[in-house]
Amino acid sequence: MSSAALPVPQGIKTVGTVTVAEPVFSCRDVNVYYGDKHAIKGVNIDIARKQVLAMIGPSGCGKSTFLRCLNRMNDTILGARVEGQIALEGQDIHEKRQDVVQLRARVGMVFQKPNPFPKSIYENVAYGPRIHGLAADRGELDDIVNSSLRRAGLWEEVKDRLNQPGTSLSGGQQQRLCIARTIAVNPEVILMDEPCSALDPIATARIEDLIDELRESYAICIVTHSMQQAARVSQRTAYFHLGDLVEVGETDKIFTNPRAKLTEDYITGRFG
Amino acid sequence: MTPSVLLLAIVALSLIAFQVGRARALASVGGLRGVRNLHSLPGHYGLLTALWCGIPALLLALIWWSAQDQVLINLVAAELPADLRNLDPASFSLFLNDVRNVVAGNIPADQVSTETAGAASHYLRLRTISQWSIAVMALSAGVIALLIVRSRIRPEFRARNRVERLIEGLLFLCSTLAVLTTIGIVLSVVFESIRFFNIVPLTDFLFGTQWSPQMAIRADQVGSSGAFGAVPLFAGTLLISAIAMCVAVPIGLFSAIYLAEYAPYKLRGIVKPLLEVLAGVPTVVYGFFAVTTIGPLLRGWGVELGLDVSGESALAAGLVMGIMIIPFVSSLADDMITAVPQSLRDGAYALGATRSETIRQVVLRAALPGIVGGVLLAISRAIGETMIVVMAAGLAANLTANPLEAVTTVTVQIVTLLVGDQEFDSPKTLAAFALGLMLFLVTLLLNVIALYVVRKYREQYE
Repeated sequence: MSSAALPVPQGIKTVGTVTVAEPVFSCRDVNVYYGDKHAIKGVNIDIARKQVLAMIGPSGCGKSTFLRCLNRMNDTILGARVEGQIALEGQDIHEKRQDVVQLRARVGMVFQKPNPFPKSIYENVAYGPRIHGLAADRGELDDIVNSSLRRAGLWEEVKDRLNQPGTSLSGGQQQRLCIARTIAVNPEVILMDEPCSALDPIATARIEDLIDELRESYAICIVTHSMQQAARVSQRTAYFHLGDLVEVGETDKIFTNPRAKLTEDYITGRFG
Repeated sequence: MTPSVLLLAIVALSLIAFQVGRARALASVGGLRGVRNLHSLPGHYGLLTALWCGIPALLLALIWWSAQDQVLINLVAAELPADLRNLDPASFSLFLNDVRNVVAGNIPADQVSTETAGAASHYLRLRTISQWSIAVMALSAGVIALLIVRSRIRPEFRARNRVERLIEGLLFLCSTLAVLTTIGIVLSVVFESIRFFNIVPLTDFLFGTQWSPQMAIRADQVGSSGAFGAVPLFAGTLLISAIAMCVAVPIGLFSAIYLAEYAPYKLRGIVKPLLEVLAGVPTVVYGFFAVTTIGPLLRGWGVELGLDVSGESALAAGLVMGIMIIPFVSSLADDMITAVPQSLRDGAYALGATRSETIRQVVLRAALPGIVGGVLLAISRAIGETMIVVMAAGLAANLTANPLEAVTTVTVQIVTLLVGDQEFDSPKTLAAFALGLMLFLVTLLLNVIALYVVRKYREQYE
């Protein structure tokens, strides 16, 4: 699969390079409104394969809102309106023939608070493959669950208690279960909305290691409040401010040598 | 001084006490500027003084009033002429009743004998004295308490803590009263039931299949053997409750799912209160509806289909009872469904689940314990429901599983056993207490299970 980046409109304010070669996602002039509130203001950005893109910015800057545009989770919010082009592999996800169920199978999401279903550990991971009919028989399903839990680094801890409820795990384990659940449907992109904000430092470190491993297979977008985390796990960073995408660039450069004044103020801790 | 005037006087005294306590506290620190030197706010000192002044006065008055009539009647009786006092107990108590009636103004004084009128006026004289003396006692108790508290007010006096403790005590008293009342009711039912089981063996009651509670009044009467087998009643109750739940659970649950998950915000705002209005309809109106509309309707359909439907059928009563319980089930289920965190729904949507998959496999799954608890509560309501079945289910104690026949329920039998003039020592009336006890035990058990299930579920997400 390959797709070219969409053309970037003239005169955008974003500093840095918003395009990448052969992007998974190509977003152009994306606007989001919650009722009268203009939450995202003309954002242009591409998302690269096999790379982690970190979205940072002060609270209420629209980074989570933008993330939720990518798998159309904003559809479920009353009064939310998304405009602009968001192309997944060159195909606009807002097109009529785009099936939102298919889209979400291709673009998985991990949430801020671990949200395992009220089912067993096994059934939590098997849920996605089941509703998408990915396994022909029980054996295949077992394989999917097994490999997903392994890749999420949870297998050794839960292999003897797959039938216990998912909620019986610790917070960090629950979050890795949610990641296993997401990769079980073999998505192309994984969206993570502050996946470590409810976890302690040790669990956070495990998730960060996991993100680094998953990068070899998936495009990952992570929203985070922790600049250290962004610096540790991402290759590219986008800085949002009050609904504007202020600056995009390689993580190393953004944190050592930000070009926009707002970015500099934020990462040097002048506000946030 | 009549009781109501005395009450007002106690309230007024308490208000004065509030001012006195507050003023005293302020004075002890030299006015408003010194408030920071007081342990508590001036109002606390006022409140403490008022409570200490009002509560003893009120308690004294209440105790006096509850004993007053008995004491006065005894005094009056002691003063009566000897020939009256030597009457047999029944006539004497009749006489005293007349005196009470004259006093209450139910009988004009010129229509009774001079003895009665004399005794009545004696009673009234004594009552006036009694009321004045209690007024004096209660108010002076209040004043004394006021003065004691006032004398103890100093800047370091911990009025706030004492007020807190007093209020806690008052609240405890109220909750104790509620619990004691419940215990009292249960005990009275238990003791009456024991009397019943002394006449009719427990096993006959629990396992007998014949219910015909008529007892012979005279020994030579025929046809009234009195059989107290409660099985047909419980079978009837179960049948009607089962029919009711067949109506209420699906409709209530599905409407809750629609309202909680699908309905637009505005529609939900209109429909939910309307559904709850249904819960406010008096059950007698439902009973009316069952008798006048549903019963004949079912009978008509039965005739067309060649079925023999009784005019008072279990089906009619069950259907209407089910309608009555719909809002109960739907409102509880709605609460449980909306209590499921949005994050669970988001998780399912993000995996590509459709709305109905999310609801069936995630939301309902999470809400299930709560919904089961709600259904159990609804069943216990159906079992205890009386008015609809009294009007629509009939009195015939048939032991049948055919919903088209008339059956009777435990509650209906309790009503019929106790309606009208009854003697309270015959097995017929005592049977009502035994039935009530059984009913109470069954609903208690269901409620305990339901509350346990609901609470267990609630702990999961809060």
